[in-house]
Amino acid sequence: MYDFTYHRPTSVADAVALLGSDADAKALAGGQTFIPVLKQRLNKPSKVVDLAGLGLAGISLSGNALVIGATTRHAAVAASADVRRAIPGLAALAGGIGDNQVRHRGTIGGSLANNDPAACYPAAVLALGATIVTNKRSIAADDYFQGMFTTALEPGEIITSVSFPLPVEKSAYAKFNQPASRFALVGVFVAKGPAGVRVAVTGAGQNGVFRQKAMEAALAASWSPDAVAGIKTSAADLNSDIHGSAEYRAHLITVMAKRAIAAAG
Amino acid sequence: MGFEGIGAAVKRKEDGRFLAGRGNYVDDINRPGQVYAYFKRSDRPHARILRVDTAAAASAPGVVAVYTGADFAADGIGGLPCGWQIHSKDGSPMAEPPHPVLAQGKVRHVGDPVVAVLAETRQQAKDAAELIEIDYEDLPGTASVLDALKPGAAVVHDEAPGNVCYDWQIGDKAAVDAAFAGAARVVKLDLTNNRLVPNAMEPRAAIGECDIAGNYTLYTTSQNPHVIRLLMGAFVLHIPEHQLRVVAPDVGGGFGSKIYHYAEEALVTWAAGKLKRPVKWTAERSESFMSDAHGRDHVSTAEMALDAEGHFLALKVSTLANMGAYLSTFAPAVPTYLYATLLAGVYKTPVIYAEVKAVFTNTVPVDAYRGAGRPEATFLLERLVDAIAHDTGIDRIELRRRNFIPANAFPYQTPVALQYDSGDYETTLAAALKAADHTGFPARRQAAAAQGKLRGIGISTYLEACGIAPSAVAGALGARAGLYEVANVRVNPTGSVTVFTGTHSHGQGHETTFAQVVAEQLGVPVSQVDVVHGDTARIPFGMGTYGSRSIAVGGSALVKAMDKIIAKGKRIAAHLLEASVDDIEFKDGKFSVAGTDKSKTFGEIALTAYVPHNYPIEELEPGLDETAFYDPKNFTFPGGCHVAEVEIDRETGVVRVVNFTAVDDIGRVINPMIVEGQVHGGVAQGIGQALLEQAGYDDGGQIVSGSFMDYTMPRADNVPNIHVGTESTLCTHNPLGVKGVGEVGAIGSPPAVINAIVNALEAYGVRHLDMPATSQKIWSILQAGAPRMAAE
Repeated sequence: MYDFTYHRPTSVADAVALLGSDADAKALAGGQTFIPVLKQRLNKPSKVVDLAGLGLAGISLSGNALVIGATTRHAAVAASADVRRAIPGLAALAGGIGDNQVRHRGTIGGSLANNDPAACYPAAVLALGATIVTNKRSIAADDYFQGMFTTALEPGEIITSVSFPLPVEKSAYAKFNQPASRFALVGVFVAKGPAGVRVAVTGAGQNGVFRQKAMEAALAASWSPDAVAGIKTSAADLNSDIHGSAEYRAHLITVMAKRAIAAAG
Repeated sequence: MGFEGIGAAVKRKEDGRFLAGRGNYVDDINRPGQVYAYFKRSDRPHARILRVDTAAAASAPGVVAVYTGADFAADGIGGLPCGWQIHSKDGSPMAEPPHPVLAQGKVRHVGDPVVAVLAETRQQAKDAAELIEIDYEDLPGTASVLDALKPGAAVVHDEAPGNVCYDWQIGDKAAVDAAFAGAARVVKLDLTNNRLVPNAMEPRAAIGECDIAGNYTLYTTSQNPHVIRLLMGAFVLHIPEHQLRVVAPDVGGGFGSKIYHYAEEALVTWAAGKLKRPVKWTAERSESFMSDAHGRDHVSTAEMALDAEGHFLALKVSTLANMGAYLSTFAPAVPTYLYATLLAGVYKTPVIYAEVKAVFTNTVPVDAYRGAGRPEATFLLERLVDAIAHDTGIDRIELRRRNFIPANAFPYQTPVALQYDSGDYETTLAAALKAADHTGFPARRQAAAAQGKLRGIGISTYLEACGIAPSAVAGALGARAGLYEVANVRVNPTGSVTVFTGTHSHGQGHETTFAQVVAEQLGVPVSQVDVVHGDTARIPFGMGTYGSRSIAVGGSALVKAMDKIIAKGKRIAAHLLEASVDDIEFKDGKFSVAGTDKSKTFGEIALTAYVPHNYPIEELEPGLDETAFYDPKNFTFPGGCHVAEVEIDRETGVVRVVNFTAVDDIGRVINPMIVEGQVHGGVAQGIGQALLEQAGYDDGGQIVSGSFMDYTMPRADNVPNIHVGTESTLCTHNPLGVKGVGEVGAIGSPPAVINAIVNALEAYGVRHLDMPATSQKIWSILQAGAPRMAAE
């Protein structure tokens, strides 16, 4: 990696000030994408601002929301009794990200800020109609994801937490691994809750996570795997690479949706 | 001490330091004043180098030197040698284009090193490398052998028109043609063997050092330090052997990829001489993908002539083998003498003809990788046998039995040069089928079908040749080196033993197995035996470890050296016991006078040898230290039967290997626990090849699977619990009766897995499928062919 200065602020205000003062400053959360990028010299930040000292980790359950702090590790989400009870599909998703090492370093805020088109969390956040809370505002999931590695975040804006509305009646995630990286070749999160019935797909779309609205309508009418079995996704806007053609991904969306619905009960 | 000799599952002596993180790998070594080398490599598959401007890099902070191909040319350094010469059908020698240390004039594959930057820190070297300007004129490139042989294809080397390195043949073509003419039936199969990246856990690394008197030391990740000393010293850098020490300390896996002499070793040694400072280089993983020799990459056609009962009458094979952009050290031998000589397999096919064209492409050089030629031969043959069963309707197990070389036919001369000394293929087959509960398979298939899964079972009855090799035979076939092995057994004055072996352990556990052989023969506990390897300054000139040769060749040398120790010990004992040498027996660590209770322990004899107060000094030298060189009389021929059982998810095409059974004949087993581990590792790599791994190139030669994000290594959840069994016949020509186990897993397993998948897909009309059997490939098959009305 290239040389940079390392900063570990202890308040959100200080972090924002560091990031805002320098266009080449970068925020570091869990580093599971960022550190490999640095090691490959694909990014040359002037400053690296570590968010670990901001006190943003933690999970809290209130009457109508599950709030997960931005620097909460995937392993903590997976193990949380509150998450398992309130949104079991979310806990299961977190428990299936990467490997054990990744889950003990990677954070929900880091994943959402990066918005990798094959990341798992965006599917849950979009399907559950969550709100991304930053130092400046609250952003609805529908407005937040704006394409591959692109989000509504502005320069100097830091995610502080993610709020999932409750009660969630049904939730599950089914992921088909890209065999080498074990990111999602196709991941489908299905949910029924305050945001309605939603089906969000990650891994497959050229523009990142998206909602499969035909499946949502079918499930709203009848919540069962059979309801979506005949619904195909157009391959036109899907990714194609050595691990899966757009047609294969389109097919897997239906298969994973069926499996997620079956798992959600 | 419990029983620790041959056959005991002694825990590995070396694992204590490895598990505690106290191994001593090349990257753990740091020398005072060292500088760091970084290689600027070609990002193009094929290009002319128009200009290299290193001025900015040379004046960057911390930079000590910047070298290009021109510096080596100016020093008269020719390049990396090839250790094996093949001759074409017409008698002409293979094309052997130069392989410069740093590219000269052209780059020929992505990863070809162009400039080396040496700086005080790794970071500075890397920073400076970004300041290098290289102007390239891109040339058309090729990655596949089929493209490289097309008329008008880009030529990789002017010395090899049409990109052909050699066009070689073996066997009796006229006899094969005659057999085909008279055959009741011919079955043909086209197949490829996928290109693999070895991916040893430890990346390659090298440190060169030169003292003020011109004495060089190279620390390197090598499977054979003496071979590197010979190749690099004598043929590249012209450093006399007595002034060059090569040390290969703990090495974290090789699988063949650390046999070869690489450019980075030559550069750090040469530069250390120039700078009189140690020069260190450690590969990054992404460099490993583009600079470690790859494996496999064959395109073949196989045809078997049959009589009406399915007896094999003649085999004809035509293979195109990818050499990559340059000839790696042993590359030419792999698709010839380690491949086509294996085409008889376990079958009594009376005549065989094979032709092999080796082809240059704009890809990383290809050389031996775990199994080396034998997995390619086994995949071809065991797939062809299943295709014959498919086409003729003869049961695939019955077909194999009908054509097996019978157990009473040994020694058996094949039509492709090899003479098998021993084997019993029916026994390994029967044991494997029993252990795999083959008869219970229909019920398991039915249960899987109820879950929506397609279940298949496949077998492979394989044979391989290892324990390489009789030097005279290897020499006649083109080897430019001998292939004997050496052991020096030094008995210390108090009776402990130090073994200096020419073989090298990089995961195999020699420190344990060699000690067990000593425990067996000398009665010395394993804890009292130290096995030294990997340092040319300490060990005698041996050829190293590859081709599953260590115990068969190195172990035999060890036995011969211990024979000398015992013979001398008897003479000392005879003197002490006032008996005739002929009356002295050595057993269980004691020298005794036959028929009496008079004896001396091994330790007493050792002490007497070094404190010769009461000693036959007139007729016997003091000391107890003997060396033996052993040149094998033949190859060894492990074989056996692997059974794979797979389940396919109909909806996704995902294949899961649910059961795997390996019953191998590896000759005498020294340590059954280590044998089991070796088979596990080999089978994991075989499953990787069958299902997951593909070194991907686009048509022009760009790497498309250059990291673990895209190159799929097998992981624990891809590999089932493996049942490992052994059914041994002994090797008849080496003193231990051993055959070797290092490669059997990787050789026997890939066709077993593919045969199982084809079996699972039989209702879809599938006859063959190339590796890797990815889920997408299987899904396409499931999509394309609606199941025929199944008989069940």
